[in-house]
Amino acid sequence: MRLRYSDVTPEKLYLSRRELMAGVAALAMVGCDASTDATAAAPAGAPLKATPNPAYKWPDPPTKVEAATTYNNFYEFGADKDDPARLAHTLKPRPWKVQVDGLCAKPRPFDIEEILKLAPLEERIYSLRCVEAWSMVIPWIGYPLSALLKHVEPRPGAKYVEFTTLKDPEQFPAQKPSLFGFSSLDWPYTEGLRLDEAMHPLTLLTVGMYGQVLPNQNGAPVRIVIPWKYGFKSAKSLVRIRLTDTEPKTAWNKAAPQEYGFYSNVNPTVDHPRWSQATERRIGEFRRRQTLMFNGYADQVASLYTGMDLKKLY
Amino acid sequence: MSSRGRVALKVVVWVVALTPLARLLYGFWTDDLTVNPIEYVTRQLGSTALQLLLASLTPTPLRILFGLAWPLTLRRLLGLFAFFYVCLHFAVWIVLDHFFDWRTMADDVVKRPWITVGVLALVLLTPLAATSTTGMIKRLGGAAWRRLHRLVYVAAVLGALHYIWLAKKVLVEPWVYAAILAVLLALRAGDAARRGVRRRRAGVAGRPAAA
Repeated sequence: MRLRYSDVTPEKLYLSRRELMAGVAALAMVGCDASTDATAAAPAGAPLKATPNPAYKWPDPPTKVEAATTYNNFYEFGADKDDPARLAHTLKPRPWKVQVDGLCAKPRPFDIEEILKLAPLEERIYSLRCVEAWSMVIPWIGYPLSALLKHVEPRPGAKYVEFTTLKDPEQFPAQKPSLFGFSSLDWPYTEGLRLDEAMHPLTLLTVGMYGQVLPNQNGAPVRIVIPWKYGFKSAKSLVRIRLTDTEPKTAWNKAAPQEYGFYSNVNPTVDHPRWSQATERRIGEFRRRQTLMFNGYADQVASLYTGMDLKKLY
Repeated sequence: MSSRGRVALKVVVWVVALTPLARLLYGFWTDDLTVNPIEYVTRQLGSTALQLLLASLTPTPLRILFGLAWPLTLRRLLGLFAFFYVCLHFAVWIVLDHFFDWRTMADDVVKRPWITVGVLALVLLTPLAATSTTGMIKRLGGAAWRRLHRLVYVAAVLGALHYIWLAKKVLVEPWVYAAILAVLLALRAGDAARRGVRRRRAGVAGRPAAA
């Protein structure tokens, strides 16, 4: 008997069967050894144990988890707020590696499983202020970025840290070139911090939220959270963290430099060119609230910026 | 077209034009206006207003291109619905978004060009809506009325500009609206220029220009 092309199982079907089998295998493994669940194909939503850190609480109740997982800015999936949740399944957060390199003594890739165990996971409730003048209160799970950076031993010349998000149009549909070659941002998405900002105890390497593994639409499997800066500074789905001696180019700054500065600290006295930053709408509330300097973290971070003109270095 | 046909067309316009509002009301009823409902409602009302404004500018190009007369009967209705949505859009901004914080709003109108042009578009559309009745057309006289209603071109350009300036530079939608408006206006301009040339030629030949 001769086999023809039409006799071969279509790739899609073959792949879906493989996924099905992997799923069955994962289910079977849960039965015998619960500790292997972190290696399952799609761990998003699985419970993630963390110790609440009472030093990082917020006076208001957390935003509803449904809101925090369906109203997202994650342009790799699309420009609409519901695109990330709708298309989240296209991202595969396992297997995953984060290359940590640049000006350091011990550059190397870190597997996501190693990142999860590098330091004790804490739950911290932070306020998140989007540059678009809305905000949420979110219980994140992670540990200070400094714990990871210490592992690679930054060199004295290192002054900045650059974060790079995964670039893969197969997993991030909006990275495909669109109509007339109109591309939204210059992929991959990059962000950056000064080294002292990156080493600040508030800067959280984040792997979960709301007691669960980080959902894909929120930046799985690992992202950064910098609560005193506008949300877009907190880069998602990281594949590289690079120590450098020059200020990194950042994605939104490249797209609109007069609107998004390198620092982008939450600052009610410095307007966005298109709107005032004096107030914000907390998701779930009707009336606007006053925006707080450094998003309410002035006590902890204001000293990082002494002597700087924050109107110029917005 | 028969008067029954005209009535049927108008019913269609009423249904189509009120659908976006009905969807918002249904969304309010079922708590399905996203988690940032004020922003969502503002945006939906604004887009609908701009779509209807463009729709109201479409009948004339359709006549120029295909000689269709029946769309002309829908212009007033489309224009009034556009104005209706502009007013709702503006009301949501005042009441829900800023809750009568007049100082902040005045500040925005002065400081932010996209808000300036948006408010200006509303101001320009208001006399057009007010003079939309048959009685007002008669009272003003056809020529003066037509001159006044050319303001709709300015309002539409301001509306498109409002969207371009308010959106992030990486978004394509505002440019789609602007491109459609540009095509609609170019078709009118081309037609007007052709008629001008014809009229001038007719003038040279000593014949009275056609009205």
